[in-house]
Amino acid sequence: MLGPSGSGKTTLLRIIAGLEFATEGSVFFGAEDATHLSVQQRRVGFVFQHYALFKHLTVADNIAYGLKVRPRRERPPAAAIKRRVEELIDLVQLNDLGRRYPAQLSGGQRQRVALARALAVEPRVLLLDEPFGALDAKVRKDLRRWLREIHDRTGHTTIFVTHDQDEALELADRVAILSNGRLEQVGTPDEVYENPASPFVLSFLGDTARLPVEVRDDKVFLAGEALDVAVPPGTGPGKHDIYLRPNELTLTEAGTGVPGIIASVRRTVNGRRAEVRVAFSDKLIELDVPPGADLNVSDRIGLKVQQARLFPSG
Amino acid sequence: MSLSRFPAPSVIPGFGFAFGYTILYLGLIVLIPLGGLILRASDIGLAGLWAVATNERVAAALKLSFGTSALAATFSAVFGLVIAWVLTRYRFPGRRLLDAAVDLPFALPTAVAGIALSAIYAQNGVIGSLFAPYGIRIAYTPIGIFIALVFVSIPFTVRMVQPLIAEIDRELEEASATLGARRGQTVWRVLLPPLIPAILTGLALAFARAVGEYGSVIFIAGNLPYVSEIAPLLIVIKLEEFDYTGATAIATVMLMISFSVLLLINLIQAWSRKRFGYV
Repeated sequence: MLGPSGSGKTTLLRIIAGLEFATEGSVFFGAEDATHLSVQQRRVGFVFQHYALFKHLTVADNIAYGLKVRPRRERPPAAAIKRRVEELIDLVQLNDLGRRYPAQLSGGQRQRVALARALAVEPRVLLLDEPFGALDAKVRKDLRRWLREIHDRTGHTTIFVTHDQDEALELADRVAILSNGRLEQVGTPDEVYENPASPFVLSFLGDTARLPVEVRDDKVFLAGEALDVAVPPGTGPGKHDIYLRPNELTLTEAGTGVPGIIASVRRTVNGRRAEVRVAFSDKLIELDVPPGADLNVSDRIGLKVQQARLFPSG
Repeated sequence: MSLSRFPAPSVIPGFGFAFGYTILYLGLIVLIPLGGLILRASDIGLAGLWAVATNERVAAALKLSFGTSALAATFSAVFGLVIAWVLTRYRFPGRRLLDAAVDLPFALPTAVAGIALSAIYAQNGVIGSLFAPYGIRIAYTPIGIFIALVFVSIPFTVRMVQPLIAEIDRELEEASATLGARRGQTVWRVLLPPLIPAILTGLALAFARAVGEYGSVIFIAGNLPYVSEIAPLLIVIKLEEFDYTGATAIATVMLMISFSVLLLINLIQAWSRKRFGYV
């Protein structure tokens, strides 16, 4: 689940977990109606952004917690719990740290303990609430890959809440995008990226530049000038916004496509990046350009739009 | 390697001043008076001290003082935890008033408390009269002493755990619940253990307060030798008889017992701190 902060993704996750109750609607786990089950009965694995580890228990005891609190009839024997804890410590790659206390671990290690603790109870669904939000960029990236591996190995249905588009697109099989408490779109990462259902989804996924245009006679007019852009089928006449994505633009000669002026050119690790002032507005858009291209500040250029993304304005 | 060494000069100044002040203050107010007490008591020697402590009336008073204090402190620790929990975790009308009332035993002259307590717990008092038909007497018995000691010691146990309860992270409870723990298990296994050091500190303070309490107890106790006569009262009686050595001897014995009990509680506390990961 992806969305900006305040969009309601954490609330939705907590409703699924049973930590909060919905005013209307139902929660289903597969075919089973879980709306009226308590948190304990739902058997979810919940991982919090700030770990929520039990500070007075060791790593191993934290992981064993969910098994030890079961009623005596359902509780596995002590030896089985011990074996299961060792398996999980192995799975989350925290070997030799079982006897440590959470205070003696780094942030990344703590979150792995939290995940192992959630997995210990064999949850029907694993719920992760911005689990990497409190970690630095490098650790986040490593954990992302690692989480994907664990998911593929254990096969738990997992709902991952984040406000980071990269994280969402890279990790998910299906992405649900939320805004102001509403589901904007649900689909595979490719679907939501290629065919965004709303201007919100489009502008939330990656950098975009938005320009006000008018559609008339199957042509797109920007400030009175017709643009060299194909109008997608099904677009009616009237005022629209066109959304430009840097990776869907190619740099051409002035006079074709959307006009622009080079505002700056910078060297990057992979080539060069130009900042282009788009079409008489002060909207800047960043483009990667071939290393050999002869570009100077305040050159006039054209931007060929490979795919017009138009939404009615207002 | 010696562990106790004076710190090297550092960027954080003030050690010399603060340390000097500490020693001066402790010396003038605590160490010298206590030293004088022990010096005076040592007139009669260890054998003499033993004789005083084992005197039948003194022994009964010591047993009563420390026994009821231990009971009252334990009761206060449990009850204080509940009060602190209710005051911190729930919102209800009158909460602030109740919260302020917890400190009243601190502020009230204890003699006033003693008179008030004996009035309501006496056989013809509001509460005492409820128990009287069953032959239970509260005022002028050890039960009365116990009630007075709980009264004066409860603020310590409440105030020690209250800030820690306020700091409990909601997510810990939620994590415990998602892992399948019932409410009781969450309280017992997740919420209570981190509070233990604070509960023990509260217990130690409550015990110390109870052992030293005089004002409220003498009004409600009835002060019958061998039955409801506490050790501090015995000291006062000795003083009134101009038996200064006897008074200091009882005081020294009390001091030694109190010190060992407090030391023991502190050791348990240090162990529990380590046990619960506060390194």
